[in-house]
Amino acid sequence: MQKAQRQHAGLNAFGPGAQALFHGVLGLFALLCILPFAFVIVISFTSEDSIRQIGYSFAPLSWSTQAYGYVFALGGALWRSYFNSFLITVVGTLLSVSICVLYSYPLYRKDFRYRGFFNFLSFFTMIFGGGLVPTFVVCKTLLGLSDNYAALIVPLLFSPFNVIVMRTFFQTTVPGELIEAATIDGAGEYRTLLQVVLPVVKPGIATIALLNALAFWNEWFLSLLYITKNMDVIPLQYLLMRMQRNADFLAKNAGMLGADAAKAARNLPSQSLKMALVVFIVVPIACAYPFFQRYVVAGLTVGSVKG
Amino acid sequence: MVMPGAIWLLLIRYLPMLGVVIAFKNYKAQKPNTFWNNLIKSDWVGLKNFQFLSSPATATMIRNTLAYNAVWIALVLVIAVTFAVMMSELKNRFMAKAYQTMMFFPYFLSWVVASYFVLAFLDPTSGMIPSIQKSLGLKPTQFYMTTTWWPLILTLSNLWKNVGYSSVLYLAAITGIDTTLYEAAAVDGATKPQQVWHVTLPGIRPMIVILLIMSVGKIFNADFGLFYNVPQNSGPLYPVTQVIDTYVYNTYANTHNMGMSAAAGLLQSVVGCLCIVATNAIVSRIDSESALF
Repeated sequence: MQKAQRQHAGLNAFGPGAQALFHGVLGLFALLCILPFAFVIVISFTSEDSIRQIGYSFAPLSWSTQAYGYVFALGGALWRSYFNSFLITVVGTLLSVSICVLYSYPLYRKDFRYRGFFNFLSFFTMIFGGGLVPTFVVCKTLLGLSDNYAALIVPLLFSPFNVIVMRTFFQTTVPGELIEAATIDGAGEYRTLLQVVLPVVKPGIATIALLNALAFWNEWFLSLLYITKNMDVIPLQYLLMRMQRNADFLAKNAGMLGADAAKAARNLPSQSLKMALVVFIVVPIACAYPFFQRYVVAGLTVGSVKG
Repeated sequence: MVMPGAIWLLLIRYLPMLGVVIAFKNYKAQKPNTFWNNLIKSDWVGLKNFQFLSSPATATMIRNTLAYNAVWIALVLVIAVTFAVMMSELKNRFMAKAYQTMMFFPYFLSWVVASYFVLAFLDPTSGMIPSIQKSLGLKPTQFYMTTTWWPLILTLSNLWKNVGYSSVLYLAAITGIDTTLYEAAAVDGATKPQQVWHVTLPGIRPMIVILLIMSVGKIFNADFGLFYNVPQNSGPLYPVTQVIDTYVYNTYANTHNMGMSAAAGLLQSVVGCLCIVATNAIVSRIDSESALF
């Protein structure tokens, strides 16, 4: 693909003028895409004095690592929510990938009798749903998803879109003969899946694992719905959201912090601290991004072509 | 094997579909406070929960949802296709890849994070724009209280997050076009712009149609995160920021009127479903290859 692409651009390509124009337009937009993040990094290293005097600026009067100092000093609630983000992402991803593979593999097998039925069962939820309130009521009162980790994981465990992506990966990379051969060799269904099929679809699994991990890492809506009292389980995304509405969230919830930290919270560099927390959320994504980008592109392309 | 997923679907997706009867009930906690008991014992109120439809706020939120979505579908389509074509035509492949990587990045960030990015520019006390206004001796704009700028701010936020994603999809489609078509066109004397018009664009038409069906089908669904987080759910901004999704949530969160909120959600689901089926029917009439189902 990459090679064909190169040839295509080389073949009596647009002239230098047009090339320069393309670079200008694309480069400008690309810069604007990452500029806000750069700005937030700058603010997180800006001293409170500078913020008080000239506001947020790309060229602050003085720099400071105070905000990060406070992140470490406050510990408690901040680290707890950061840990929650990781915990929810890891557990959620493992479970949802397993469920997705187990659901999409039979849909790929042509000899599975109820293939059409289960295909429809999943697909139909993409075009119709009960809506926010009935879902909320069922999850909360019937399934007990409230103020616990389960509430932040279970509602996201299954995605019809990912099932389509995974099924397409099976269809394009696992030849039917492979399964016939395994069956003839006497492997059971689960053994065939685990030892024969899974090694072949590793890229597909990487793709849906990343899509799921991103969904869990960026999740805040479930906290907004299901977490009302128990702030010990909230992820960093939601903590940040609360801090935005309520500037003194940390100081007011001093109970969440240790005694020393509560004292420190009173003269918090709240503005740069918030931005430092944003940096904490984005950094894991920014670091992993160059490596996972191509898997996500593969998944999204497959999903929307066969969607 | 399908059981874990099937059970999840039944509990989390299909059971709530039964729960839509809440829209026709005065749903209240009963004794004992269990789901089935509440559902059965709450009084039927017929269509009373749908009375919100006649309020002026309803017209506003429906207008907002449809207008923003329609404008954004068109804008994202045009800009993303243009960018994808430009990226595919760049001779410097390294830079093309770099642009793609940078543009795709916002797609991976949540709206909570994005709302902080917007706040960095607009915050009334320290935001960059009000600060610059102050330093110039002007009266700083109270962005979170004034409706004027929000259609623009929301549009820019949406483009920032989604253009890169769509460009990547279109670029992938362009990459899949058979290069011999370009050679043939060149032999026939087609200039580069003509090749784009007659080879590239027809080549990515299926992708354009699919993404279009998906977004037109979702025209009654707004991006909750964008409309809730970026304007910080600020009341004075509702005339230009309230959409069906935020209305459903705010109704529930502020009044705990489950019936009305469920009614609004049900209408949205039904109309949305009809939209998808209708768009798909139209597309399959015109070009059955491109239809979704």
